[in-house]
Amino acid sequence: MKVRIHVSLKPGVLDPQGRAVHHALEGLGFTGIEDVRVGRLIELDVADGTSDAALDEMCRKLLANMVIENYRIEKAEMAQ
Amino acid sequence: MSFRSAVITFPGSNCDRDMAVALEAVSGTPALRVWHGDAELPERLDFIGVPGGFSYGDYLRCGAIASRSPIMRAVVEAAGRGVPVLGVCNGFQVLTEAGLLPGALMRNAQQTFVCRTVPLTVATSQSLFTAGYEAGQTIRLPVAHHDGNYFADEATLDRLEGEGRVAFRYGETCNGSRRDIAGVLGETGNVLGMMPHPERAIEPDHGGSDGRALFESAVNALVAA
Repeated sequence: MKVRIHVSLKPGVLDPQGRAVHHALEGLGFTGIEDVRVGRLIELDVADGTSDAALDEMCRKLLANMVIENYRIEKAEMAQ
Repeated sequence: MSFRSAVITFPGSNCDRDMAVALEAVSGTPALRVWHGDAELPERLDFIGVPGGFSYGDYLRCGAIASRSPIMRAVVEAAGRGVPVLGVCNGFQVLTEAGLLPGALMRNAQQTFVCRTVPLTVATSQSLFTAGYEAGQTIRLPVAHHDGNYFADEATLDRLEGEGRVAFRYGETCNGSRRDIAGVLGETGNVLGMMPHPERAIEPDHGGSDGRALFESAVNALVAA
């Protein structure tokens, strides 16, 4: 089973990397960009039937730092 | 009485030798060297050093993988028993990731690596690491990091300040840290994490020896105990 973990900075946590990307985009002439925040995408291939609780624990124990980050678990469509 | 200290080495640590040399210079006893894959620490330790570097290539987040290595379970347990633990630079990141210290160290606000000697204010002398300084004293230590921007929520920052757990503050703009925090103490005072490198300022030939008193404080605390 393919699972995607989206890790992003919590709202209110300054994202210097996002700000640098924002400036770079504006430097290329793009306008109307309100904000840029950079996160991380982690793709897992786990045994079918891996519980939501186990995935949650993986995120909390390692994949995200709960002091500064949020995470979202997205299960990919099952292969046909 | 000999001072039994240990320095942990992770893959990618690069200040472990400096930390060991500093501990030996100040205590007169060689520091024991411990590999990250070991599950146990040497017995009867008086001090544990978690050094700077780029453990596991800073993969995932700085210090994240190292903080989950077998030896860190033993370090967390030792800290719980009251053994003094000092984390410097990447070691500070490892200790926050391990949950021994609150907050997190984020990418420097200015995005660039900072590598210079900075002034620091000693925020408290009421700890086994800072007893050799005067509160309010300015010292100079080298910093060398890309991710030293200390972050914690406002309530946590208020609590740290209220409990006298801010050990050092930057005396000039350095990396965007909340309230200029450069080093924090754990709840029971026996854990210190800091971004500046006291082990790189032990002899005058290092360009300064303001870090020496930190290690001397820890040695003296043991002798006094």
